[in-house]
Amino acid sequence: MRTEDLIKALDADARDKAMPLGKAWWLAVGVAVVIAGAVFFATIGPRPDIMSAMHTMRFMSKFVFTLVLAASAFALIRALSVPGASTGRAMAWMIAAPLLVVLAVVLELFVVPEADWGKRLIGSNMMICMSFIPLIGIGPLAIFLGMLRYGAPTRPVLAGAVAGLLAGGLAATFYAAHCFDDSPLFVATWYTIAIAFLTLLGALGGRFFVRW
Amino acid sequence: MTGKDEAELSRLLRAAIAGDERAYADFLHRIAALVRGFVRRKIVQGGVDPEDIVQETLLAIHVKRHTWRPNAPVLPWVYAIARFKLIDAFRRRGRRIEVEIDEIAETFAEPETETVSERDINRALDGLPPAQRSVVSSISVDGQSIGETAAKLGISETAVRVSLHRGLAAIAKRFGRTAT
Repeated sequence: MRTEDLIKALDADARDKAMPLGKAWWLAVGVAVVIAGAVFFATIGPRPDIMSAMHTMRFMSKFVFTLVLAASAFALIRALSVPGASTGRAMAWMIAAPLLVVLAVVLELFVVPEADWGKRLIGSNMMICMSFIPLIGIGPLAIFLGMLRYGAPTRPVLAGAVAGLLAGGLAATFYAAHCFDDSPLFVATWYTIAIAFLTLLGALGGRFFVRW
Repeated sequence: MTGKDEAELSRLLRAAIAGDERAYADFLHRIAALVRGFVRRKIVQGGVDPEDIVQETLLAIHVKRHTWRPNAPVLPWVYAIARFKLIDAFRRRGRRIEVEIDEIAETFAEPETETVSERDINRALDGLPPAQRSVVSSISVDGQSIGETAAKLGISETAVRVSLHRGLAAIAKRFGRTAT
């Protein structure tokens, strides 16, 4: 088939009924939040003392970390799914969440006596943390990888990894409402491991599943 | 590449997405020439047929045109797709190349030249279900309209449009997978 002939066929199919990618991303995030929320409330749910916990800095700081991560990953993945879009600024914003966590850890080390560091870091339910963040995040990750297929990422592995970070940030936001371990030392360790697992899974998904 | 070209291409693609076939033909011809110039400059030794990459890029542009943001420039989007498809083609053949995005600005439009080699797209076309294959080849190779194709095959125009749309999406998906 000559290129001229191909153009005739493309031409006859000119009108595009597909949803614009930017709009589709918002829809996907909405669906992902609903799925993550459904899994969260059907399994572990929020901690019983959540109302009083909301008055403590440590508890609320967890949501700052996870929401900043989710928001920055969302901005980056949107840019990565469009060919030729500039990603520099969104990439730079990815440093925000880790920076906040590091800052909180340093503050915590100042405030808490050295003898308690180990106890704060180990916490009371790290196994639940490491299993439920991936469990809540796996549905959203599948949706985001599907969105990358709908888009056109020219760096699929990187885009897949960012899908994992976005799913991780979202899942960790829900999980944080359950978790009793509010110390930044705990969050910096176990949340990070759980989110890193989703990130790795996302990168693999990007490598083998996101083809266009 | 001037800002005027860019504005004109944006206008054409916007009109095309809204259903203007004449604007789309104009857009695709210009893009094909630019991508051809870009790809030919990049492929210095054999193994990859530049025209295969041009066709693969046009199909990718077609099935991914919902990823273009109407207020964003068209050419960086087009060249990013062409570059991705070019690198992908080399990777499938077990080779690596580096494509410098900066050199894109020096690209010149080039016309298609006739070659005798078997095209990747033909293999992808042959892999389609018969109904889609007959519609796609009627409109492309035979150059018939939607209406003429509908009459010839004894199906509705809507059915022709659906088969064409699905057939092109399937070709875009298979493109190159059957090669090497």
